[in-house]
Amino acid sequence: MSVTETGESEALDPTRSPVAGHKDVSAHTPVPAVNPSPRRGAAPRASDSRSGVKLAKIGRAGDRTFLGVSAGSGALIVLLVVFVGVFLLVLALPSLLDNKANFLTSQEWKVSGSELRFGIAGLLWTTVLSSVVAMAVAVPIAIGVALFITQYAPRRVAGPLAFLVDLLAAVPSVVFGLWGIAVLGPRLVPVSEWLSTHLGFIPLFAPGIRSPGTVFVVAIVLAIMILPIVTAISRDVFMQTPRDHMEAALALGATRWETIRTAVLPYGRSGVISASMLGLGRALGETIAVMIILSKPADNAGFVPSLFAGGETFASKIANNAQEFDTPSKTGAYIASGLVLFIVTFAVNAVARVIAERGHAKS
Amino acid sequence: MSASITGTDKVTLTRPSGARTIKNSLAAVYVTLATVLAIVPLASILYSVISKGFHLITSSSWWLQSQRGITPRREGGGLYHALVGTVEIALICAAIAVPIGVLGAIYLIEYARGKKVARAVSFAVDILSGIPSIVAALFIYALFITVFGFGRSAIAVSCALVLLMLPTVLRSTEEMLKLVPDTLREASYALGVPKWKTILKVVIPTAFSGISTGIVLGLARVMGETAPLLILVAYGQGINFSPTSDVMAALPTMINSGRDQAQQMPGYERVWGAALTLILIVMVLNLIARGIARMSKLKEK
Repeated sequence: MSVTETGESEALDPTRSPVAGHKDVSAHTPVPAVNPSPRRGAAPRASDSRSGVKLAKIGRAGDRTFLGVSAGSGALIVLLVVFVGVFLLVLALPSLLDNKANFLTSQEWKVSGSELRFGIAGLLWTTVLSSVVAMAVAVPIAIGVALFITQYAPRRVAGPLAFLVDLLAAVPSVVFGLWGIAVLGPRLVPVSEWLSTHLGFIPLFAPGIRSPGTVFVVAIVLAIMILPIVTAISRDVFMQTPRDHMEAALALGATRWETIRTAVLPYGRSGVISASMLGLGRALGETIAVMIILSKPADNAGFVPSLFAGGETFASKIANNAQEFDTPSKTGAYIASGLVLFIVTFAVNAVARVIAERGHAKS
Repeated sequence: MSASITGTDKVTLTRPSGARTIKNSLAAVYVTLATVLAIVPLASILYSVISKGFHLITSSSWWLQSQRGITPRREGGGLYHALVGTVEIALICAAIAVPIGVLGAIYLIEYARGKKVARAVSFAVDILSGIPSIVAALFIYALFITVFGFGRSAIAVSCALVLLMLPTVLRSTEEMLKLVPDTLREASYALGVPKWKTILKVVIPTAFSGISTGIVLGLARVMGETAPLLILVAYGQGINFSPTSDVMAALPTMINSGRDQAQQMPGYERVWGAALTLILIVMVLNLIARGIARMSKLKEK
């Protein structure tokens, strides 16, 4: 790095070179700055005055401030994340301790009045059921779209097609909710009825309510919402399939589908799995679309674990009751359920990252 | 698979056997169907909002009037109040999130690259990018309202949205800074320019278009968010410019507050008009982001 290490500068008269003799330049700073002195206001070196070259002094204050500010931003981000966890926990704890029902296994939710009785079993079930069904619907379609764009479609079609799918991601979730309850929901009612009459003996498909506000409709809307994310990531990994692998398969006489099965899909597997988990994380936390579509069961109604029943997810429960956060104990109960949602999405996202990183390590 | 290669001395090439051909065509049919299936919802959403809302957004009063004093049964009024709120909340959010995001990315790439600190910050950003908007809103509620004792306000909404915008801005800035060639930095150092000036005058301008893409995408994301608005501010039908007031309209809450009306009411049509406007704004922002990205000097390899 240092100028003095190069042959040319050594050949020069050392008195003519402003930086000659400063063997320790790289020790002060990783870059060959013209003024290598780490101290501000240091007296000009004798060689400088003798050579007659005047060097402007460069203050280090700017560097130090800038490093401080940017490192501060980094620290702030870490602190924010820590605070999110800590604050939710601290505010949820008193209510959790006062809770007379089992927080994890109870389906009750009585937070007003003298006694606190709340549990998240029902919320957890509806949240996980709708998101997992959404993922199960979205992933096969997303893989199909990603394959079509990368392997089947001619280049001229692939670009606009990818753009169209990306546009779906630009639709705000409140619009998805509005469309889901007004347009899609009514069309899905016959499908739900057919499923519940023919498969009703399975508790998951037991007949529920006759309105479009079912977990099933929510799951389909969530599937549409996560489709663009899963498609975009799958498309990227399929695109990176080594050309050699595909050509080897083709040279062995594989059909197009066999090439995909033997070269493209195995290569993209970890990417697709991690994309699906990211989609799942998105679906778990979705608020407004779920809140608009899902019909709240009456307070005294029993819990129905069916796809065709109404219900509430963590997010929709919190949002539905946001105007009633009046006492700390009541708010604490909702914050406790928000904390569970935070932990669940965190776990899902962490799994996604681990899978993605392992995939990178292998390839 | 087929017996074509077992011939004694001559290789006979045949077309793939029936089952293989059928599988191949089935796969082609499947991926085509999947693609069609993926486009149908987009088409249906766009058709519904345009058919129900387009006649509203063509009038000038839609853009220049509020809903003050307008009941669901009456026609008229516009979404100026909600537009003011959406833009104001998004801009305050950007004013906080952009400096932190860009500086955080600079720290990750220019100062802490390859260090353990960088891994910690990067991990925090990963967590942030997965946080559901409702959790971000609850956190701000806990911090501002329960702990500090402030009331609900539009600023609180902006702060909750900062948590959602930060990762978008930071990640895209980070990607762009990685693409800035080291030779540019070294040339600047060789001229005696200190590091901070190099970053501000050489690195950032080179990566500028990529950073703006991230900012615009982040704006598009936060403008469509509803959950923080539900928890942290009340919806009002009048025009309000003050971000500290506890009543402020925004497009998503305008849609949410009007959606329960009967289908024939003019108020219900305005919900679709607002939905169309919101989609238009978010899509235009996305297109702008793409346009900027296309003009970028730095290309991903």
